[in-house]
Amino acid sequence: MRNKKLTRKIISKIPLILLFVSVLNNYDFNYLGLKYFSFNFSYILIFYYSLKKSESLGYTFIFVAGLFNDVVVGTPIGLSSLMYLILCVAASYLRNITLRPSLIKDCIFFLMTILLINSLLFVALNFIFNYELNYFDQIINITYTFLLYSLFSNLFDFFENYLVGSNNAE
Amino acid sequence: METSRDDFVIAIRSAFLKKGTQQRFSLLSLIFFSIIFLILGSLNFKAIDYVKITIKEIVYRSSFIVSVPENFIKDSYLLIKNHKNLYKENKKNKSELEVLRSKDLLNEFIILENQRLKSIVDDYLVKSDTMFAKVLSDKGSPFLKSIIINKGSKHGVNLGMIAMDEEYLVGKIVEVNYLSARVLLLSDLNSKIPVTVEPNGLLSILSGTGEDYGVIQYSKQYKDIKSQSIIYTSGTSGLFKAGIPIGRINSNFLSDERKVEFFSDFSQLKFVKIFSFVKKEAE
Repeated sequence: MRNKKLTRKIISKIPLILLFVSVLNNYDFNYLGLKYFSFNFSYILIFYYSLKKSESLGYTFIFVAGLFNDVVVGTPIGLSSLMYLILCVAASYLRNITLRPSLIKDCIFFLMTILLINSLLFVALNFIFNYELNYFDQIINITYTFLLYSLFSNLFDFFENYLVGSNNAE
Repeated sequence: METSRDDFVIAIRSAFLKKGTQQRFSLLSLIFFSIIFLILGSLNFKAIDYVKITIKEIVYRSSFIVSVPENFIKDSYLLIKNHKNLYKENKKNKSELEVLRSKDLLNEFIILENQRLKSIVDDYLVKSDTMFAKVLSDKGSPFLKSIIINKGSKHGVNLGMIAMDEEYLVGKIVEVNYLSARVLLLSDLNSKIPVTVEPNGLLSILSGTGEDYGVIQYSKQYKDIKSQSIIYTSGTSGLFKAGIPIGRINSNFLSDERKVEFFSDFSQLKFVKIFSFVKKEAE
């Protein structure tokens, strides 16, 4: 009984573990030599879970993950947290106004949100903190993040329905 | 019309202020915290600096541990890739070695002669104590090309010290923590260092691009830069000794810009040498 409880608890914390692993590890696939490939896994994860299961991650943990991301990437501390939280606001707003959820609507809203976030990031880093950024890299990052959202959304749906769901039903 | 505006306001207000079941803070308060962090951080507020240093020490170490599985996959992939090219590379290396052996004898003489001449013109710089540092993290983010090393102020690392891979320059220290430091790589967009292009002896600036190559900038004599020219530090900033090899002008890139292929592969760095150059005291 106690074992089952523990397993359930660990499974329910997997999104949070994934978030921290992704910010600490920054999956980049650099070693594959793919020049035009990069995506932001944290954005997908945060948007999906803020939209579908807001209690899974928790805003405070998202804030802390943002601080960690700033340290790993080397951007001014607090900037990624702000971007992650804006993503949460957008997801939360979409959740409040949606009566009949659909993946296409989610994807379009996600695209608009990451465009806004990356524009803010670009403006803040370039004009306020004097970081030089490659505009083209950002476009590639946004494009792949958007394209991969539906794939990861389905994977997370599967994880939530079959792994978390079956565990809770037992 | 009025109702739809009310709905929008309610949805936005709920998004910002509603707390979940186990949430301590609302989104609005956390956004507020982030902005305070950003503002105070840019003003170098002491308390925020301490928070930053603590987070950095924790994150750099945990990032190293978390990266272990990915690094294992990466290393295995590279090992298999290298193994496939082993025979071809060995043949090429053997022929190159013969040529280099003969050149080496001549070089030794030139180095000694150069040292003598530099000490006469009072320009000779010597290294401070060299230390070897392990690369903890090499996150090639689109925003910053840098590596984290496991030596910090405790070990005598200072801002501006240079990092080398074997005899090749890879970058300089831009951030020092107690047990770790960040090296800004030459490939970063924000990296700009004075260089000499040989054999012409042209002085220029090598700029990072955010990719795995650099570009030669601010030179009026672009057409004089030939393919396969070697790029060395010029030593004009006083930070680097003149003559540290950096890279080579790549003939494949000769279309418009003068692109530099670095000698060191920044994605393969495991250890780096850290030191600074000081002028030799007159004897």
